[in-house]
Amino acid sequence: MKYKSQKVAYWFFALCMLLLILQLTYGFIMGFARIGMDGLHDFIPFNTARAVHTNLLVVWLLAGFMGAAYYIIPEEAQRELVSVKLAYVQLISLAIVGVIAVVGYHFNHWEGRKFLEIPRELDYLVVVNVLLFLGLILATLFTGKRRTTTALVLTMGLLFAALLYLPGMIWFDSQVTDSFFRWWVVHLWVEGVWELIMGGILAYLLIKLTGVDREVIEKWLYVIVGLTFLSGILGTGHHYYYIGVNKIWLIVGGVFSALEPLAFLAMALFAMYMYRKGEKSHPNKIALFWTIGSSVVSFIGAGLLGFAHTLPQTNIYTHGTLVTAMHGHYAFWGAYAMIVLAIISYAVPNMTGRKRYNNSAGHLAFWLSNIGMLGMTVAFGVAGVAQVYLERKMKLDFMDVQNEISIHFVVLILCATMFTSGILMYIVEFLKYGKPTDEALETA
Amino acid sequence: MLSKSQARTFFLGGTLVTFLAFIGLTVYSFQPKNDQSNIKKLDAKAIRGKAIWEANNCMGCHTLMGEGGYYAPELTKVIERRGEGYVKAVLQSPIPWGPKGRKMVKYEMNDEDTEAMIAFLKWVGEIDLNGFDRVVSPLAKD
Repeated sequence: MKYKSQKVAYWFFALCMLLLILQLTYGFIMGFARIGMDGLHDFIPFNTARAVHTNLLVVWLLAGFMGAAYYIIPEEAQRELVSVKLAYVQLISLAIVGVIAVVGYHFNHWEGRKFLEIPRELDYLVVVNVLLFLGLILATLFTGKRRTTTALVLTMGLLFAALLYLPGMIWFDSQVTDSFFRWWVVHLWVEGVWELIMGGILAYLLIKLTGVDREVIEKWLYVIVGLTFLSGILGTGHHYYYIGVNKIWLIVGGVFSALEPLAFLAMALFAMYMYRKGEKSHPNKIALFWTIGSSVVSFIGAGLLGFAHTLPQTNIYTHGTLVTAMHGHYAFWGAYAMIVLAIISYAVPNMTGRKRYNNSAGHLAFWLSNIGMLGMTVAFGVAGVAQVYLERKMKLDFMDVQNEISIHFVVLILCATMFTSGILMYIVEFLKYGKPTDEALETA
Repeated sequence: MLSKSQARTFFLGGTLVTFLAFIGLTVYSFQPKNDQSNIKKLDAKAIRGKAIWEANNCMGCHTLMGEGGYYAPELTKVIERRGEGYVKAVLQSPIPWGPKGRKMVKYEMNDEDTEAMIAFLKWVGEIDLNGFDRVVSPLAKD
């Protein structure tokens, strides 16, 4: 049985597609600036392009998580959303806050704190928006007929994400304290509570796509999110090695962040094992590709590439270099972008009633975007390692090194073009599905 | 074989223990005896410099203590490395600064703002960064 109020998820997913395209556009502006083609410098300098690029990433992923929640929670709780009108109000206000923030960045209106550039007055609107979203989700969940582990883990992730936004709103006179608590937001989001959201969506998709018993999947979901918090909370310490706080973080951060890949490894093994164990052969193969792909790529990007530079002995050289950009791109792509694209690939055919999921364009979109992102990661990695050697070991001047490694950004732009082609094909497929209908949801 | 309730206990128990340890370590880190940032030397001028640093999103291009945009030079120890005069010239330049081809935003800062920025960067330059300052500065001897 499906619920008509799930339709609201479609519009969150549509917002995702729009913001993703804008994010990639600003990524290209940054890529070209790195090879000296900075003709837009007077209108969109690098710091503006970077703030827009990273903030759009956060907003489109959050819109995707919210859309996923609006799709999954009614089905898990076995009731309609408590208010569809308020969900649309929440969507429109989220889009308006996002647009005002991005426009403001072009006029030097921001906080200038990495990833948390949204100015203070808009922070309050974000809080109101998220409270409305959480109110709708919690009211639906707790007045529903059942409360599943999948729904609880997903909701817990969203609730903690909202709470953890608050330390980022406090002003500190000291750059050290400011940086320390900024990581409470950024690290504990992406290497903590967002993994709960990812785990919740992954568990839901595996239940639907493989037919494996819910009890088995949800048991392992607890183990995975347990490993996530066990390693990820104290793993925050890897951001504290060299920002002016006590040396104890060198040990604590080193030990616990070295354990962080375990959660991602468990996630990848879990997804592949459930796929093999499953007796159900769901016809939506492309959703399965994105789902399994997300678990595998997140292990490589977030787990292995994170581990590669997480120990203090290595990080003292790689900290503040393009090695971080290498890890960041593949980790965000695998863990969060791919899981959002997975839930969209699963939900949109159900909402629109058009079962056109196994055409070649969808598969081509998957492979082009994945191979393109892998190429981008390698380009960032080679540039980063060369930067570490030349700048940190040979003590060459920053700009001399940047000029030496600029060729890798030509490769990066070529790979980004392939990646973008895949994303554009995905969006064209999304548009071809058309809009959701009540009839489709009733018969899904 | 692990049951679902045991798995839930592992999740909730592990989360509670590590969260409490994290809070404990945070409190420990900010005890005055463990301060590595010379917080007592942080004066009004340096705090104003931090506000200017944030208002202009300098971190969007530069890095400071290794955190930022990786597009422009690391500014930890920049006063020691370049001297106050150079930093002042960059901040007050009437044209976009870019001696090696990569342009900076033209800020044309007044004397008061420039002095605040220099005070802020000087204060950052004196923080004990657990050895990172020795790696990141070409003046440092490993």
